[in-house]
Amino acid sequence: MSVTTADSSGAGTATPAAPSSSKIGDFIAAKLFFPTFGILLFLAFWQIVAANIVTSLGAFPGPTEVWTQSKNLVVEHQEQRAKADAFYERQEKRNAARLEKDPNAPVKIRSYTGKPTFFDQIFTSLYTVAFGFVIATAIAVPLGILCGLSESAYQAINPIIQVFKPVSPLAWLPLVTMVVSALYVSDSPMFEKSFLNSGFTVALCCLWPTLINTTVGVAGVDRDLVNVSRVIKLGSITHVRKVVLPSSVPLIFTGLRLSLATGWMVLIAAEMLAQNPGLGKFIWDEFQNGSSNSLGRIMAAVITIGLLGFALDQLMLRLQRWLSWDKQAVVR
Amino acid sequence: MSSTRYLEISQMGKTFPTDTGGFEALRDVQLTIQQGEFISLIGHSGCGKSTVLNIVAGLDQASVGSVILEGKHINEPGPDRAVVFQHHALMPWLTVYENVELAVAQVFRGRKSSSEMREWILHNLNLVGMDHAADKAPHEISGGMKQRVGIARCLAMEPKVVLMDEPFGALDALTRAKLQDSVMAIQAELKNTIIMITHDVDEAVLLSDRIVMMTTGPAATIGDIVEVNLPRPRDRLALAEDQLYNHCRHQVLEFLYSSHDDTADEAEPVAHDSDCVELPTTIENAPSDLEVSAEETALKNSSNQAA
Repeated sequence: MSVTTADSSGAGTATPAAPSSSKIGDFIAAKLFFPTFGILLFLAFWQIVAANIVTSLGAFPGPTEVWTQSKNLVVEHQEQRAKADAFYERQEKRNAARLEKDPNAPVKIRSYTGKPTFFDQIFTSLYTVAFGFVIATAIAVPLGILCGLSESAYQAINPIIQVFKPVSPLAWLPLVTMVVSALYVSDSPMFEKSFLNSGFTVALCCLWPTLINTTVGVAGVDRDLVNVSRVIKLGSITHVRKVVLPSSVPLIFTGLRLSLATGWMVLIAAEMLAQNPGLGKFIWDEFQNGSSNSLGRIMAAVITIGLLGFALDQLMLRLQRWLSWDKQAVVR
Repeated sequence: MSSTRYLEISQMGKTFPTDTGGFEALRDVQLTIQQGEFISLIGHSGCGKSTVLNIVAGLDQASVGSVILEGKHINEPGPDRAVVFQHHALMPWLTVYENVELAVAQVFRGRKSSSEMREWILHNLNLVGMDHAADKAPHEISGGMKQRVGIARCLAMEPKVVLMDEPFGALDALTRAKLQDSVMAIQAELKNTIIMITHDVDEAVLLSDRIVMMTTGPAATIGDIVEVNLPRPRDRLALAEDQLYNHCRHQVLEFLYSSHDDTADEAEPVAHDSDCVELPTTIENAPSDLEVSAEETALKNSSNQAA
């Protein structure tokens, strides 16, 4: 029986397995009433406290102000999209008219260069973190398997892990920036340099939780199962695929989820500091902008970051449930 | 190589490194096993029975001496010495069929076609009476059934020697009895060479051709060997009254409770009249790791009354 946190919260309906009405009552209380109560209490507290904090940019935004600014962000996004559509429409008309006069006329197609909206920034942040996370996973999981299988490999790699694990992303960032500028020289770059800077910084920081947890998981495979594999004389690749990986899936995923959470935090910091596009830059720009709306907009970004982080973790949880052989296991 | 010296353990010793120098677990273990023989290893906990089995399996290395199977030195694990583990050791993420398939696909790679393999897997599951549960996951079947699958996986490798490490130790008395009967039937059919570790005196006498009794460590070795010349097939109910059966059983008990046990002084002295049937009082005084289960005795008695 899996105990889910968020996905069943919307379900006040009784499943066939929950027949007694008191159980349904408990369920509603646990999944619906108390969380709602907690959130409402928090919002009230926030509203009262916010009204009493006055900054140089006006009062600290309460929930209502943040809600207003959130709606503004949506409206701005829609306006930008409308402008972009109008731009492309004009361009198309112009080109069509030009071709009508002279079929051989050179046709220029330019992309719209408006200011990225809040939602553009969200999208940028999401694919940057995905890029860094995928790179880190591609390195950490195989390396972790190696460290878990071979004591000598573990002894060789462990000191390096221990030294680099606690290093802050902000310390890596200048180095990554310089290295990317020096090495990534291309006339028609596939990626923006700023994107690579953020991506690699994220990768460097979310390598470690996956690496450590994979190592622990692989080293902890049941001795009997390892002995079965030795008696059968499974090749090392089959051994990893059929015995080691299924057995260490839970710990690998624990590592992956920690990594993704780390990566998401690191990314915001990296975008802020290095002026790379994304939610971090959005916050920084608003802060520099210093209008009376800025704090509300930043608060909206903060909540968005939190919700997206939560969504990313839930996504990993689903992936784990789907990949894991043990459907009975309680995954939290 | 004659079949009388099928498997030869000679001058085998094992010393484990510890913080305070080496710990000599085994010394000078000497045993020759014929093809098709059923050998039980019995002895107190920690006497090194499992170490002997692991060295024969190749999962552990002897410090001195050697193990020779059909004229070949053994120094690594292999499917010719398949192991049945005490706790079944089935991969929980594979079904019953896939667990056996994992072994068959590796051992018979290039020697059997995929349809032959499928047939062979089902044949072995059928042999242990588990073909009906081929698509079940290990957590869906009982402990006895898991052990049956473990035996099927072992047999499916067509091993020269079957090594069983307390195969029925984790099972209840009734399930254990059924599995013992199955193993006897299979051995009668396939003529496997089997080495089994056990704590259960009745089990040892019922199943074995020879019972190898080990002294208590450190530096454990083979104390004595009891030959069980009971005709096969053996019937557990008939044997309960059999003089030879009880004589063998008595010999084993005597060995275990007397000179080779530290707690021998506290134990009730065992009568030397070998014709007498062991009384339950003696059994109750047994150290806890010696499972001469009262349940099983009761089972026999009630069955006898019924008959």
